[in-house]
Amino acid sequence: MLELVTFSLLNGVVYGLLLFMLSSGLTLIWSMMGVLNFAHASMFMLGAYFSYQLGLAIGFWPALVIAPLLVGAVGAAIERYGLRHVHRQGHVGEILFTFGLAYLIAELVIMVWGRNPIENRVPATIDFPAFALFGTRYPFYKVLMMAISVGMFVFLYLAFKRTRVGLVIQAALTHPQMVSALGHDVPRVFVLVFAAGSALAALAGVIGGFALLTEPNMAAALGPIVFVVVVVGGLGSIPGALVASMLIGIIQTFAVALDHSLLDLLRVLGIPLARTSPFYEVCAIKIAQAAPIIPYLLLVLMLILRPKGLMGTRET
Amino acid sequence: MNKRTLQLGCLAAAALAFAAPAPAVIKVAYIDPLSGGAASAGINAQKHMAFLIDRVNAAGGLNGEKLELLSFDNKVSPQESLIVLKKALDEGARYVFQGNGSAVAHAITEAVAKHNERNPGKEVLYFNYAAIDPALTNEKCNFWHFRFDADVDMKMQALTNVIARDPKIKRVYLINQDYSFGKAVAAAAQKMLAEKRSDIKVVGDELHPLQKVQDFSPYVAKIKASGADTVITGNWSNDMLLLIKAAKDAGLKVGWYTYYGGALGTPSAIGRDGVGSVIQVSEWHNNVSPELDAVAASFRKRYPDKDDEFSYYRLMTAFDLFAAAAAKARSNDPVKVARALEGLKITTTVGEVEMRADNHQVLQPMYVSVMADNVKYDVEKTGFGFRTIARIDGKDAALPTTCRMQRPG
Repeated sequence: MLELVTFSLLNGVVYGLLLFMLSSGLTLIWSMMGVLNFAHASMFMLGAYFSYQLGLAIGFWPALVIAPLLVGAVGAAIERYGLRHVHRQGHVGEILFTFGLAYLIAELVIMVWGRNPIENRVPATIDFPAFALFGTRYPFYKVLMMAISVGMFVFLYLAFKRTRVGLVIQAALTHPQMVSALGHDVPRVFVLVFAAGSALAALAGVIGGFALLTEPNMAAALGPIVFVVVVVGGLGSIPGALVASMLIGIIQTFAVALDHSLLDLLRVLGIPLARTSPFYEVCAIKIAQAAPIIPYLLLVLMLILRPKGLMGTRET
Repeated sequence: MNKRTLQLGCLAAAALAFAAPAPAVIKVAYIDPLSGGAASAGINAQKHMAFLIDRVNAAGGLNGEKLELLSFDNKVSPQESLIVLKKALDEGARYVFQGNGSAVAHAITEAVAKHNERNPGKEVLYFNYAAIDPALTNEKCNFWHFRFDADVDMKMQALTNVIARDPKIKRVYLINQDYSFGKAVAAAAQKMLAEKRSDIKVVGDELHPLQKVQDFSPYVAKIKASGADTVITGNWSNDMLLLIKAAKDAGLKVGWYTYYGGALGTPSAIGRDGVGSVIQVSEWHNNVSPELDAVAASFRKRYPDKDDEFSYYRLMTAFDLFAAAAAKARSNDPVKVARALEGLKITTTVGEVEMRADNHQVLQPMYVSVMADNVKYDVEKTGFGFRTIARIDGKDAALPTTCRMQRPG
């Protein structure tokens, strides 16, 4: 039991931190520019593929640094030459643009690397168990992932609170029009933010690429949950994104370990439900079976009860 | 020239164009995922379809008519499948192949039955090469559906026979996808383990959402906590790959009794850890006979990429049965071919194969094999291949059926 709880906690924290890495960039982009960036998870995917390709040529550690920079440049180009012209169409135009971009990037990836998952194996330099608990190995790359994620959070926090650009961005997160009226070069800040957000997603992709599968579908698989994290955490709040991703990661992981269902609860309360009852099927669903939909339930509840999110500074 | 001559000239040209007869082709529709999470399976099978159809055409086609392949992407969605089925029928397809996803198979078998009822003379046959929910040849059987892969129960029979012979197996964990197929695997495992080895304890019966889980480490933690020494799973495609990956990361040491552990990236994902522990049940693997099957060898030559291995031996058997039935019926009309297929027996390189008349389930040899490192032919260029540990003859694989087939008059 203790073993299960320990590992569930550990796995939940790691998964939550991966989600944070992915969603920190989107929080930035969405909060500051109001752009619901459907192509954000595509940046994650590009990070995974770029680091695989670079890794083959120059090794893992240089790729870890260069791949996010490359994807950041891609993000900057997207904003400078694409999104900038769409901003005046309003949010709907931006959403459609990024939606189409996500499809485009997926097709480009298929053209270059094929449809099947690629052999993105854990690089030999980090492929060893970090420690063993209760007889189960815990791989080092997951520890590395945690370290990078925490480092990302610290970096973002310091960048916001301590630098001038951070101050401008912080202000723009809550009062974008005022910042522009005060004469700051908002378009340049936009490019910087979009590039930074994409680079962060790519950094998540470098590690996520071999923790999960590197395949053209990975963006579509992880995309939805990133939105959940940003909405639940609240717009304009990086700490909110951290809290939300940890919450979702831990809840989803623990949920898998629970084999109880509403039926069990009803039985404990003394209300037996017959097999022929129309509610039987629904109540018989175990929490473990429903685990992957819990984040979306949370999303719906959050939007109904507290649209600002947990720590949001403005409405979605 | 004047208007009259021009008109006559155009009419003549049109008449000539329509006079040339189009060569008769039999359109074969292939409906499977060509994008999305299960695309690797669908695309691999599509290559097999193209290869096998070329092989049939090179031998003269069926009763002189060539086969033409039409491919449709259904993204493993039953709704999408019905849409593309309609498209396929509109384009003139008379034979439909599908395999990935029993949910899709249920939708297609019902849609085909309805179509045939409403369109006598334009019947269509549904050749199911991989959807193995037993219901499709039992309570949901219909005359137009033919299955070319052993069903869940038949495969579980083979696996549990091997498990029963191993006294070291004491605690078994079941993990499957939460839909008709996965549930059928779990139910069959529970029933057959209880019958053959009542001392074996089933310590877990897990159902997870289909193609949705990215991180299997919580499930692996659960398997570990249960103390299982063996895992039985019907997972396929990404679900199998990610489960095996998570297990390898955590250093989980169990025996894997799988339906699809030998294909589509799983051997590459588990690597050396799989030797001696990954077991699969299939109708063929490339070390079944000392020399590689000639057709498998020529497939490898045409598609040398390691993502495109020859693995769907049963598709070749399906086309061999199809060709034999068309020859026996001396016609390519689906109804006549269907009648000829019932009870048809042919011999393949692995042994005798029969298409049961009572429920349209194929009976072909089954092999239970284990991943090994000292075999002649490897899979996916990993250096590891599969070695047979048990072979079941086609006729010994038959199970009783509840099918009450309604045949056309």
